[in-house]
Amino acid sequence: MPAPGASGGPSPRRADGRVYARIPDRALTGLDGQLLEFAGDLREEGMAVGTSELLDAFAALRHVGWSRQADFREALAATVAKSPEDRRVFDLVFERFFFRAAEAEASRQGVGEGSARGQAADELELDLEELRRQIAAALAEGSEAQLGDLARLAIAAFSQGEGSGVLGVDVQRIRRALGLRTEPQADLPHDDPRRHGVPREQLRRFEQQLRHELERDLIERTASLPPKRPLSELDRALPTGPIQDLAAVHRVVAQLKRRLATQGRERKGRTPHAHVDVRRTMRASLQTGGVPVELRYRPRRPRRPEIFVLCDVSTSVTSASTFFLSVLHALHDAFRKLRSFVFIERISEVTEVFERERDFRTASEAVSRDAGVADISGYTDYGRVWTEFLAEIEDELHPRATVIVLGDARTNGRPPRDDVFAAITARAGRTFWLNPEPRLYWNYGDSVIAAYAEHCTAFECWNTDGLSAFVDALMKQGPGGPR
Amino acid sequence: MTADASQRPSSAAELADGLRGVGYLPGEATALVTFLAIKLGKPVLVEGPAGVGKTELANALARYLDRTLVRLQCYEGLDEAKALYEWNYRKQLLRIQAEDDGTAWGDVQDDIFGEDFLLPRPLMTAIASAEPVVLLIDEIDKTDQEFEAMLLELLSDFQISIPELGRIAARTRPVVLLTSNNTRELTEALKRRCLYLWLDYPELEHELAIVRLHSPGLDETVARKLVEIVNQVRGLDLKKPPSIAESIDWARALLLLGAQDLDPDTFRETMSVIVKHRTDLDTVAARVGVTLHAAAPAGAGPGS
Repeated sequence: MPAPGASGGPSPRRADGRVYARIPDRALTGLDGQLLEFAGDLREEGMAVGTSELLDAFAALRHVGWSRQADFREALAATVAKSPEDRRVFDLVFERFFFRAAEAEASRQGVGEGSARGQAADELELDLEELRRQIAAALAEGSEAQLGDLARLAIAAFSQGEGSGVLGVDVQRIRRALGLRTEPQADLPHDDPRRHGVPREQLRRFEQQLRHELERDLIERTASLPPKRPLSELDRALPTGPIQDLAAVHRVVAQLKRRLATQGRERKGRTPHAHVDVRRTMRASLQTGGVPVELRYRPRRPRRPEIFVLCDVSTSVTSASTFFLSVLHALHDAFRKLRSFVFIERISEVTEVFERERDFRTASEAVSRDAGVADISGYTDYGRVWTEFLAEIEDELHPRATVIVLGDARTNGRPPRDDVFAAITARAGRTFWLNPEPRLYWNYGDSVIAAYAEHCTAFECWNTDGLSAFVDALMKQGPGGPR
Repeated sequence: MTADASQRPSSAAELADGLRGVGYLPGEATALVTFLAIKLGKPVLVEGPAGVGKTELANALARYLDRTLVRLQCYEGLDEAKALYEWNYRKQLLRIQAEDDGTAWGDVQDDIFGEDFLLPRPLMTAIASAEPVVLLIDEIDKTDQEFEAMLLELLSDFQISIPELGRIAARTRPVVLLTSNNTRELTEALKRRCLYLWLDYPELEHELAIVRLHSPGLDETVARKLVEIVNQVRGLDLKKPPSIAESIDWARALLLLGAQDLDPDTFRETMSVIVKHRTDLDTVAARVGVTLHAAAPAGAGPGS
């Protein structure tokens, strides 16, 4: 442990506030070093914090008073966290980092608050039942200020000795001892705030307080910092975010749209205006006495890709079909000339459903209710699907059309009819197959993906990562289309 | 005078007071980030749901700083000619025709590609202005990525390169605000050059203050009830949750109707001010109507 005297403040102007004590000034690194370390933590959690952002952060901190943590934090956040998701990670890392830094410094300087565990329940003469009520009431009211104190009291009352050594276990033990649950507890008396259940977000916050206090305790006792805990996916998720990440699917599909629309331009080079519009040039030249000063160009119509999507909704792809349907939904948002079909044994067009329904949930319900694609067995019959598909839209397939099939290519022993599939791909410009199974399982059992892959390009794809890999591959592949 | 004005907000609190003075109630983070933007001379990227006062922030800032607001509304297909500058072909042509026969080509060429023949568009107006302005680039997420790339030079160096003229540097530094409804992810390059501000729906008390500010005649209890309902409506799973602007509209509508209380009937008649989708209307009528009914007996007692 370094000597307490080593912390001589370098700039007295800044040393006017309480916050100064929160930012430990190690003789070697100082605040700059701390901030760099903090940025390192942010990068570890996957945020792109560039040097220019750090410079901004330092510049910004010169302009805010440091006496309030909120100002300090907001100024830092405005310069390094640039999306709501990043902000969420920032807040979590900020708390973790400065809590640890402050504790480390307190331990170094030998400042302790006295162990909460030390003041045992008998010493405090706590009415345990009353404490339970108070905590539940504070949670229901959402009073932030009391939570910290109550957490300390709770630890004093309910933790046993040194604890289990695992913070998470101790936190849950105390929570159970307090009788805090999110679901309603009908057997409790009417005036008990716990009767209707504790708000989930509040409970989460209280657990965090408990964890903090326990951690502080541990650091004080052992005079060493425990290893930091990386953020889990659960921490990262915005509290308001949907469970199925539709937004991510939409983002990838938006990329897909750009790729499909701009493909082929590489070969032609960047010629934004290709043809002179003679008629309009002549008209314009009238203004300038017949001299065609201003050339008028024919506007270059962006290529509108026409897309046909076929989506398997049979039971063998149940786990992936929610994802497939959300892809379909996003595609409908992005492309106007899109026709979508779902199939099991037969094929059914669902374009209208998706165009009418903006809401994903309603759309997928309508599809499963109205499509009527299962006939007798409920097993996919690719041969029949291809024949029906070809019969229905044979005339509309043309070399500019793109066909995307979402399915596992498991024929259940029925004839795969890859000759019909070949006829479809021959008429369409490009055909892609997105298979929800890992490549490892392809062509095992009744999977006949190899027969189809001869005529199209197949990708494995069951989540947004796979989808963006597909989009990337589209770009690399260039305008040539499938091999 | 300019020196005085440029020094004006010396702290975030002062800026917050100033904005309040011109009828905008900023949150703490809003005031702080805007203050930093002015001090650091960096653009601010303001993101958030529609109708939380992103554009209004720019308006209020212009009023407070006593500067002109130059606004560029973005849309799909917006290009340099409409955002930056354009050559005034007709004037150039007239210039050539007015020339005597003997004039050398070089003279004419130097002449017609001068600033006289340039039609400045909003971005150029903003940096070429003699007095500093507030530049608002509204709904940047509606443009293409190419346009974003074009903005980079302007946002980091406050200059524009015109091939025929060379670089045009800013005469004065504008305060730049970019707004986005987050409908598409902006490029990293753009974000790196900006400070970031996420404006969300305000807390209940904050929104109440905003509503009271904009419709001072409304009874306080009614206003509070209104804001509570709007908050509750936002919690539902709607296609388009009501914005602050809509709660203000609603407050004004109630004021016009002379509503003394927000009872279920008034609510049913006026809720189309805040809810604007057929299916949303049904959801809100079913969910919020019920709670109002439940609350009505308790609330009606002291009122009548």
